[in-house]
Amino acid sequence: MTNVQQTAAGPQTVLEARGIRKSFGGLEVLKGVDVTLARGEVVGLIGPSGSGKSTLIRCLNMMEKPTGGSVIFRGHKIGKSFRDRDGTTGIGTLRRHVGMVFQHFNLFPHKTVLQNVTEGPIVVCNTPRAEAEERAMALLAEVGLAEKRNAYPSHLSGGQKQRVAIARALAMQPEVLLLDEVTSALDPELVGEVLNVIRRLADDGMTMAIVTHEMAFAADVADRILFLDEGRIVVEGKPDETIRNPTNERLASFVSRFNH
Amino acid sequence: MYRWDFSVIWQYWDLFMYGLWLTVVYTFGSIVLGVLIGLLVCAARLSGWMIFSLIARTYQEIFRCTPLLVQLLWFYYAFPLLVGISIDNRVAAMLTLSLYVGAFYAEIFRGGILSIDRGQREAAAAIGMSNWQAMRRIVMPQAFKRMLPAFINQSVIQFKNTSLVSVISVADLAYMAAVVNGQTYRPLESYTVMAALYIAVLFPLTQIADWIERRLRVSD
Ligand SMILES: Nc1ncnc2c1ncn2[C@@H]1O[C@H](COP(=O)(O)OP(=O)(O)O)[C@@H](O)[C@H]1O
Ligand SMILES: [Mg+2]
Repeated sequence: MTNVQQTAAGPQTVLEARGIRKSFGGLEVLKGVDVTLARGEVVGLIGPSGSGKSTLIRCLNMMEKPTGGSVIFRGHKIGKSFRDRDGTTGIGTLRRHVGMVFQHFNLFPHKTVLQNVTEGPIVVCNTPRAEAEERAMALLAEVGLAEKRNAYPSHLSGGQKQRVAIARALAMQPEVLLLDEVTSALDPELVGEVLNVIRRLADDGMTMAIVTHEMAFAADVADRILFLDEGRIVVEGKPDETIRNPTNERLASFVSRFNH
Repeated sequence: MYRWDFSVIWQYWDLFMYGLWLTVVYTFGSIVLGVLIGLLVCAARLSGWMIFSLIARTYQEIFRCTPLLVQLLWFYYAFPLLVGISIDNRVAAMLTLSLYVGAFYAEIFRGGILSIDRGQREAAAAIGMSNWQAMRRIVMPQAFKRMLPAFINQSVIQFKNTSLVSVISVADLAYMAAVVNGQTYRPLESYTVMAALYIAVLFPLTQIADWIERRLRVSD
């Protein structure tokens, strides 16, 4: 990337979505959504199933191509092509700097834990293998899986898989991490170990957008909450003004479903 | 009671060996060409370009929905009239065998690639890989394992299918057996030796195929 320019959204903004619209066939799933992520900020995305949370977070790394609006990374509009072209930043560049973790882990089953983590740096960044492995081992140690480096994903528990997936994303040294319901596919007793890793990342100042149904966790870790409903951001604010003390009627009824 | 007499067969052993050699050559030649055709056709079908996909699909359906025997006859006797040049029976045989097996290979390759979960491609894309990198490093290695049993199976069938080239006078094993029979009037011996030679080659190959398939299942 060249010449990092500042945008109207302020000097701190790393990743921004402006007026995002997305339709699948005739179904409009996102109806003009704005999101900004400031450096070091953690944004929690909550909302009912089918409200468009996944679609929105997937637009942020162009995994879904928005039908309207734009994604802006470090002041540069993201173009349609994979490569940087004509003054726009390419999708490939965006994804090298914006990591994503999936609900179903999507680890590479034919590669060991270590190879899963080194794959991106080696293939995409041309990092020398030795250096990539050294960094991968440090990351695996951080998520508590150093001793599993030679295991294949099929031999890991769900919680272990997800921690490897987080290490894989971190190996690219991303500026932003996008997490889409990363604990939803886990057995309840394995949720905690993954949330702890994310909490530690938040404490270390990682910029994150987190889609989650773990309300207590979201309230705890997020600086700002976005409540999405039917493709629009209905409420935006600090956890104290949203999850903990909802004034909006729809948000209140949504949140109350999680307080048993 | 029929009196077996294989002694006459040994006189013509060279013919059998030459025929077997040609059978092997046509099998492996058409497998190599068929793989190239199959990859190309598979790429065309997955390219997302309507026109390429349609052409590839049409080719596949034509070759999958006509018997190989019909294709051989058509390419040797009819095709030359259409284009106004005569083609050598050996060329017609190799061409037809390759086009035939290529249509099946393309479907095996395509099925293998489509069987890989979309999440794999997305995970590769999410760490910045291009479509081609994701295909080569993540999708293809997994697809390869899945399609290998079907690929080997199709190739074994191909070995047997080459026997049909004898109808356009290519001197493969089946053709040579008929030649020997014509010389010796010993159909039982001639054709039994032919069958035994097919078994001698294919039985070890099917055993290896089974072994590979078992190993792949274990490693999943
Ligand atoms: N690839 C797709 N094709 C068609 N419809 C889709 C696709 N992805 C999502 N949708 C639809 O978009 C809506 C929002 O989906 P999603 O973003 O996954 O919601 P959430 O993550 O909030 O549950 C749903 O109605 C879903 O069926
Ligand atoms: Mg979702």
